Amino acid sequence: MGKIAKYTRRGFLGLGLAAAGGLAVGYYYYKKPYPNPLPDTLAEGDFSFTPYVIIGSDNTITIITPRAEMGQGIHTTLAALVAEELGADMDQIATEHGPAAAAYYNGAMLKEGAPFPFFEDGFIAETARGAMGVLGKFLALQVTGGSSAAIDGFEKMREAGATARAVLLEAAAKRWGVDASGLTTERAEVINQSGGRLTYGDLASEAAKLTLAKPPALKDPSEWRILGKSQPRVELHEKVTGAAIYGIDVQLPDMLYATVAMSPRFGAKAKSADEAAAMAVPGVLNVVEIITTTGYGFGIIASNTWAAFEGARALALEWEAADYPADTTGLKALWNEALDKEASFTLGGEGDPEEAMLGAEVIEANYSLPYLAHTTMEPMNATAQFKDGKLDLWLGTQAPGIAAMATAKLLGIEPEDVNVITTRLGGGFGRRTEVDVPLYTAAIAAQTGGKPVKVTWSREEDIRHDTYRPMAEARLKATLKDGMPEALDYRVAAPSINKSVMRRSFPEFAERSNPDRSILDGSFDQPFSWPHSRFAAHQIDTDIPVGFWRSVGNSINGFVHESFLDELAAAGGQDPLAMRLSMMKDERHAPAREALKAVAAMANWGQALPEGVGQGIAHTLSFGTWVAEVVQVDMRGGAVKVEKIWAVADPGMVLDPANFEAQITSAIIYGLSAAIGQEITFDDGRVMQENFYDYDALRMAGVPPIEVALLENSPRMGGAGEPGTPPLAAALGNAIFAASGQRLRALPFGNEVEFDLG
Amino acid sequence: MELQVNGERHLVEVPADMPLLWVLRDMLDIKGPKFGCGVGACGACTVLINGVPTRTCVTAAADVDGEITTIEGLPDGERLHKVQEAWIKHEVPQCGYCQSGQILAAVALLEEVPQPTDADIDAVMTNLCRCGTYPRLRAAIHEAAGMEG
Repeated sequence: MGKIAKYTRRGFLGLGLAAAGGLAVGYYYYKKPYPNPLPDTLAEGDFSFTPYVIIGSDNTITIITPRAEMGQGIHTTLAALVAEELGADMDQIATEHGPAAAAYYNGAMLKEGAPFPFFEDGFIAETARGAMGVLGKFLALQVTGGSSAAIDGFEKMREAGATARAVLLEAAAKRWGVDASGLTTERAEVINQSGGRLTYGDLASEAAKLTLAKPPALKDPSEWRILGKSQPRVELHEKVTGAAIYGIDVQLPDMLYATVAMSPRFGAKAKSADEAAAMAVPGVLNVVEIITTTGYGFGIIASNTWAAFEGARALALEWEAADYPADTTGLKALWNEALDKEASFTLGGEGDPEEAMLGAEVIEANYSLPYLAHTTMEPMNATAQFKDGKLDLWLGTQAPGIAAMATAKLLGIEPEDVNVITTRLGGGFGRRTEVDVPLYTAAIAAQTGGKPVKVTWSREEDIRHDTYRPMAEARLKATLKDGMPEALDYRVAAPSINKSVMRRSFPEFAERSNPDRSILDGSFDQPFSWPHSRFAAHQIDTDIPVGFWRSVGNSINGFVHESFLDELAAAGGQDPLAMRLSMMKDERHAPAREALKAVAAMANWGQALPEGVGQGIAHTLSFGTWVAEVVQVDMRGGAVKVEKIWAVADPGMVLDPANFEAQITSAIIYGLSAAIGQEITFDDGRVMQENFYDYDALRMAGVPPIEVALLENSPRMGGAGEPGTPPLAAALGNAIFAASGQRLRALPFGNEVEFDLG
Repeated sequence: MELQVNGERHLVEVPADMPLLWVLRDMLDIKGPKFGCGVGACGACTVLINGVPTRTCVTAAADVDGEITTIEGLPDGERLHKVQEAWIKHEVPQCGYCQSGQILAAVALLEEVPQPTDADIDAVMTNLCRCGTYPRLRAAIHEAAGMEG
């Protein structure tokens, strides 16, 4: 473990990124888009074969996993992809996050940003997906998001493993003077036909000098030994012993501690601050102003975190007014005004719903969804040292490249002079893509005379300065023909996440950000055939920051679209499952039909249930994964008791079943917490919630048994982390309707009905 | 002020109202107890004081009288506690941030009630987990209840 420990420690502390000597190797085969960032970082005796594999002369194997491990198990899956092709076993492999570097771009994430349904394979859709992938490469977005990490890594990581194995075979063939085609590999050793063995470590220095004429062939899935089977998570031991190092645990020599007090009115500047009172708090060393693209406020620097928190309280800040309506009622009025006006854009749709509705009985419904905070367990934090024109930044981040660009700009240095060291993440859910934390941390680090400083936000600061899941208002109209859905007019008002993110990260491009398809994700792109439909987005623009919240726009439209379908089933006297199945006419909708039928079988859908007990069903296709869910509630005691949840997910290919099941379960509980009780509201221009006592999430007692099954019918691989969330709220609301006849159209449901949480 | 943590004696000088959490984390570099809310609402900062699970973000260090056990002090040398073993077997942690507190809460539960029912678990395991590891966490507690050690 010597070399790995060395690399790990050095990589973590960020000290070795330019310093280490040793036999660095420039070779790697990978469509050569960017330089291999590893050679400069290697210890003596270590060799890198691609940007993803390091083999030490002592036979240690380290796989670079350039996506953030935030609990989704991606480091295990990325390592398994390499190990499968490399000819090594999982117990021989260590993982390392690796530096922020252009070679680690995520093409799969932006691919699904193109405005086409996942199952649309037409020429234009494919061309647009390809173009978006190129854009990702251009921006070098080393982002963990969009449930895309395994999809993005599926080719790259297997190619990396196969490439390393091929040059190791070549090196062994030369050593033995035989042809490589007669050699095999097993547990990181090359074996010849007479049973001779050489370890990969023994061959590493020779192999690193070789180049391949052509890319090596990848295994057929039928030959897989590791992929498709549940693997033990690589980072479990450190996470049950307290040894895992999250951003908040970074400890450096001579480190200072700090916190931030940012304007609770977004976009507003400070009117007054009692800096003397803050400085009078024992341990407070300095109060500095922060002016960034993401907000205005102060940094309080102290000798420990507690003193910094106390100093922030003593500042007694007063703020100017905000530019947006001061309370939630006013904001909702703005959203509804937008719905009265022309649509900003439409996506998908067919036929002519307006004409089809003439003279027919129109069913109308309005839906409301609140802003939501992420509340990762680990509050926002980062550590930075700004010295001699270079910034070292220790950050639990889903987007190290973007953090480097933003902080470089703030400090007037080059992105290459920012060294981002990605720590473990105490939850991400989309929040840790943002530049606000690195920006404030860099701004404070610029004022410590070169000393490192750890900046930790209080939970109150974290909830009041999130980048929220957008608030949304929806207006729907539909007509039936012979009891079946005939025409749909679907309108949703919401702010653009793209624009808000761009304003914070790349303000110069914000006004050119495209229409944001996420406003309609989970509606127009669903596997239903409507004779007539129109899906319209009414885009809002305020200073309230919105961002990526687990499943993004699908969390909004999954609820609206699937609840309304349930209303139409009731109005037409149809079974909600049967109606959906008969609307999924296209051959390409088959995975949705199979998922719905499977979940219905698991839940014994259609059984006679006692009065006051009901089941609700919903399906959403998001991030390439088809998810059907059934929720059962018991309301006989008056309050809603969520008794059981069943889910079927089809991501086309399951690389690690146990981990995929854990992700679906996690996403369901995340959605259930939000559906029952979470909302961010505004008054006086500021967020009213501040801690877990007024923005809680489910505890053990409130979580019902959850049963998950996986299918592999879908033609392309889909994501794991997010797709379990979108159908949940609709399935729950539909179950409450089935049990009580009460239709809930506003989230969270806890505002209208009481829940029995044990 | 004197604190006894994981069998070691520490002398620290801190303000009387400074929470134990920040003394452990910032003064003694014991990072297992995590900051989550600062108001005793999430349990990420849980340690055992004389075996009793205690939320250290709302416990003044000056008020502590007893032996403090953090996650770092739970294993017996290299040998993990049976609750930690059960956590690995059931692959409980996702992001892992809350798990030190969850494990210590579970250790205290099993000391009190060696064979807990689901209702016992619901009543005591009130720590927050945003990854939603609760189903595996429950299974791991039942597993640990059936283990020697």
